[in-house]
Amino acid sequence: MTAVAIAGAAESDLGVTGRSILGLQTQAVTRALADAGLTLADVDGVATTGVSRFSATQLAEYLGLRPSWTDSTFAGGSAFEMYVARAVQAIEAGQCSTVVVSFASNQRSARSRSLGGVVETHTPEAQFETPYGPLYPISYYAMAAQQYLHRYGGTREQLAEVAVAAREWALLNPAAYRHGAGPLSAAEVLAAPMVSTPLTSADCCLVTDGGGAIVLTSLERARDLRRPPVRVLGYGERTTNTSMTAVGDLTVTGAVEAGRDAFARAGLTPADVDVAEVYDSFTITVVLTLEALGFCGRGEALDWIAGGRIRPGGDFPLDTSGGGLSYCHPGQYGVLLLVEAVRQLRGECGERQVPGAEVALAHGTGGILSTHATVLLGVDR
Amino acid sequence: MNAPEPDEVTLPWWEATRERRLLVQRCSCGHAQHPPRALCTACGATEGLGWLDASGEAAVDACTVVQRAMPGFTPPYVVARVRLAEGVLLLSNVVTDEPGAVGIGDPLRLDWRPLPDGRALPVFVPLERHER
Ligand SMILES: [Zn+2]
Repeated sequence: MTAVAIAGAAESDLGVTGRSILGLQTQAVTRALADAGLTLADVDGVATTGVSRFSATQLAEYLGLRPSWTDSTFAGGSAFEMYVARAVQAIEAGQCSTVVVSFASNQRSARSRSLGGVVETHTPEAQFETPYGPLYPISYYAMAAQQYLHRYGGTREQLAEVAVAAREWALLNPAAYRHGAGPLSAAEVLAAPMVSTPLTSADCCLVTDGGGAIVLTSLERARDLRRPPVRVLGYGERTTNTSMTAVGDLTVTGAVEAGRDAFARAGLTPADVDVAEVYDSFTITVVLTLEALGFCGRGEALDWIAGGRIRPGGDFPLDTSGGGLSYCHPGQYGVLLLVEAVRQLRGECGERQVPGAEVALAHGTGGILSTHATVLLGVDR
Repeated sequence: MNAPEPDEVTLPWWEATRERRLLVQRCSCGHAQHPPRALCTACGATEGLGWLDASGEAAVDACTVVQRAMPGFTPPYVVARVRLAEGVLLLSNVVTDEPGAVGIGDPLRLDWRPLPDGRALPVFVPLERHER
C-alpha cells in the first residue's frame, strides 16, 4: 500500500488528429487536471516521454512550469507504470506534491512509424541484428509466439481470441478507433495480411495518434478533491533486454518478477484483481503477460482465455477499453492503461463498466519484451 | 543497408569475417557470450576476454518469416535466433527457398553473405536431410 492516489485522468484526442505532439500533450494534461479539480499552478512534478530528447523538460517549459521533480525514463510502453512508482516515491519523500504523468503521439498523422523501428548506429543491435532485417518490434514477438505455440501445442486460432475479445470491448467504447468496425472473428484475424509469421496485421496493435494523462497526489489531499481517489496499492518492474538474443526463453518475461513485487507491495494476489489492463501490443504479449502475472499457469493461457472469459460479461474483464488492438495505440500506450483502470475503479465506463470493480491492474510492456511494469490500483475504502 | 560499424570491442569479430571465421567471445572463466562486450556478464571481468572459432554447428531456436517489405530486403525471408553449438544465440537469416518449412530445432550450417568491404555476415542454411 502507498499513501498516494490518482486524482485525475483523461485522454487527449485519439485516432487521426492532425495535431502536434505538444498540442495533444496539452489536451491530455489540462483535461486530467480539470478532472481532478486542479490547475497547472498545482503541478510540481512532470513525467513524460516521446516528446523530444529532453521530454519532461520540454513539456514543463511548454506548460510554463518549473517542476521540482521530473522523470523521462525511456522504457517504451511501460514507462508510465514506472512513472507511477517513481511519482509515489517522490510524493512520499516530499520532493513534490502533484505529479502529472502524460504522453501523446501523432504517429499516424505524422506517418512517423517505420517497420524496422529506430536504428541507433552505435548500439550492438545495429551491428548484429539490423543487418538481418527483423521487423522491430514485430519479428521478436513473432518468434516468442512461435516458441510458445510450439512448446504448448497452441493454435493461431486460440491466440486470435485476444484480438477478438479486444474488439468486443471496443464495440462498447465510443472512443475506440474500431468502435464502429463491427465484431472481429478468429477467422478474420488469421486471414488478415501476414506480417511476420505467425502474426498477421490483426495480431498487431493499431497505429494511431493519441495520448493521456493522470494526476497523482497524496491520498490525504486527493480525498478533498473533485473525484474519488484511486489508490496506488503496489508497483513492481523488471528490465530484461534490448537485443533479440539476450533472453534465453522467449515465453517467460520480466512480468513474472514485476507482478510478484507489485502484488507483494500491495498485499494482494492475482485473485483479488477485478479488472486488468494489460499491454496488448500483440496478441502474444497478453498471453505471456497473463501467465507471468500468475492469473493462470504456464502454458495454460490459451485454454484459460477461451470461452469468453476475457470478453465483456466474462469473469476476467481484460483490456476493457478495447486495448491497443482495437481502441488506440499511439506507440507508447501504457498511460492509457492507467486512464482506463482509473475510470473502471470510479465506475465511469458506461456500457463497458465492470460492476463493482475495486482492484485494477495495469501492466505495461515496452520494446521487445524489454521492460515490464505492474501497477495495482484500488478504490479508497 | 549501411555496413555495420564495428567498435573497439567488436573489431576483431568483424575482421575475422574477412576470413569467413565466426568468432565467439569467451572469458577465462569459461563463459561464452554474444555480442562481444567490454566485460564478461558472468563474472564481471574486463580482462581475459578472448575468442574462440565457432564450429558452425547450429540449430534454430526460434524463427519468423518476414512478409512485409522493409527498405533493402525482399520478403519473404527468415529471421531466426540461431543457437550455436558453443551455446550462444545469434540473430541471423536462414537462407532457403522454402522459408515456411524452417522450424524450431532444425539443424543449420554456417554460410556467409559478403559485404562490399570484404567483410561478411554470418548466415545459416538448413542442413540437407542426408547431411543430418
Ligand atoms: Zn567471466
